[in-house]
Amino acid sequence: MLKDITIGQYFGGESFIHRLDPRNKIIMTALLMAAVFVSSGFAGYGVIALFLIICYMISGIPFRMILKSIKPIIPIIVFTSILNLFFIKEGDILFEWRFIAITDSGVRFAFFLVARIFCLVVGASLITYTTKPMELTDGIESLFGPLKRIKFPVHEVAMMMTIALRFVPTLIEETDKIMSAQKARGASLDTGGLVKRVKALIPVLIPLFISAFRRAHDLAVAMECRCYNGGEGRTKMKKLRFGFIDIIGAFAMIMLIAGIVVLNILGVV
Amino acid sequence: MPVIKTENLTHVYGRGTPYMRTAINNISIEINEGEFVGIIGHTGSGKSTLIQHLNGLLKPSSGSVFVDGADIWDKGKSNLKQLRLNVGLVFQYPEYQLFEETVFRDVAYGPKNLGLEGEQLNKIVEYACNAVGLEPDLWEKSPFELSGGQKRRAAIAGVLAMEPKVLILDEPAAGLDPAGHKAIMSIIREYHAAKKNTVILISHTMDDIAASADRVLVLSGGEVFDFDTVDRIFSRADELEKMGLSIPQVAKVFIGLKERGIPVNTGIYTIQAAREEIKRLIC
Repeated sequence: MLKDITIGQYFGGESFIHRLDPRNKIIMTALLMAAVFVSSGFAGYGVIALFLIICYMISGIPFRMILKSIKPIIPIIVFTSILNLFFIKEGDILFEWRFIAITDSGVRFAFFLVARIFCLVVGASLITYTTKPMELTDGIESLFGPLKRIKFPVHEVAMMMTIALRFVPTLIEETDKIMSAQKARGASLDTGGLVKRVKALIPVLIPLFISAFRRAHDLAVAMECRCYNGGEGRTKMKKLRFGFIDIIGAFAMIMLIAGIVVLNILGVV
Repeated sequence: MPVIKTENLTHVYGRGTPYMRTAINNISIEINEGEFVGIIGHTGSGKSTLIQHLNGLLKPSSGSVFVDGADIWDKGKSNLKQLRLNVGLVFQYPEYQLFEETVFRDVAYGPKNLGLEGEQLNKIVEYACNAVGLEPDLWEKSPFELSGGQKRRAAIAGVLAMEPKVLILDEPAAGLDPAGHKAIMSIIREYHAAKKNTVILISHTMDDIAASADRVLVLSGGEVFDFDTVDRIFSRADELEKMGLSIPQVAKVFIGLKERGIPVNTGIYTIQAAREEIKRLIC
């Protein structure tokens, strides 16, 4: 059950996309997000979807992973599209019943939002599927490096992110273990009403918190023992390198954005 | 009728992902009522996966599990909650599941889920605390104030208090000091002797298995290597050692003696049997 969570799940590989500089991938993802928001017609989303499909094919990530990353946000998609369906009052009325009216632009906008959220989630998942969490935080640290000038603790924040990411699977595993242990003592975690279920979680949450604090303490001591004292003068085992393939990647992304802008200017819907 | 029976039990983790792994493969075993069964096997041999099937925490990928003759995954008939109360499972490092404000209330968590209340509940909790040797002055303390060994005892008491027909323990003495280790093992032995309930014990310490178990299940790579009486299992000492498992130290001594040309029996693995054998030799 908990093991099905895929956020931040890395899929090992040696593909073109795996080998891109994480900094480049972060910027490209940001640009992709921008493209998604800039696009004003369905044709644009078609182009973005095609681009994403090609990216997934290059990366060798199985397509069912796309479905898996979409699954948790289906309620959000359904909710937003229904809201738009009922609350957009412009355009020609297609269906009317008492105070409910569905217009053609409402329908259009609902589909538009679905396409938008789809592209956003699928695009953002790609970077976590193809980049090791450590590379990702390295990239963020490097990208935010200039903020050190204004005394922003970039290294510390990146280290905190690294540690947080590092402990997500550990804590999920731990939660699973504690849940099993309490189930073995007759706990029913998945039956009853909301209040009952929340109450039933207490025997899981308390040991989990205690173990999280214990782990944090142990880790802090271990870091102290190895003379960790922040980022000053610290070198990296894996240096990030912006190479030739990154230029190709960046070029592809620029082409995509240019394509979207052209489609917008031409007014293709 | 065996109290626990598995038929071609197989479990695959992460089916359909790159991390797919067959943890146990085609395991068919029968465990009789009142038996003390030891399970040995190196890390990753599927011991923990196997025992989590016996109380329905994991669902088999294929094959079936029978408890008291009933298939636990039989639709309609099965009652997992009831099953988990019949088959008590003490996990590795069980002290990490303690959560209540007092030791007493923590031990009472299981029987309370069973539906026990009032005097009946108090009685069973007191029995369990006494069985694991927790002094009454500790009962009203927070479980987090206890020492490591005491926490372990409190956690085991939490499962004993449900009076399971079958008690399964996954390395109950791991990480304790020698005195704590000895105490936990004798608690388990005394429980078995007093209640005559089925006990299944996973342990890396062969001396514990040798001293307590009637039969031993040896797992290797997720499959049954052998399931037989303690005598016969430890007579395959060289094969066990090849698998990376140790044998009881006493057994090693006697195998060593035999190699040095002293006419001793090698199927000896407890101190008592060793004493008898040496007596026989020198008399």
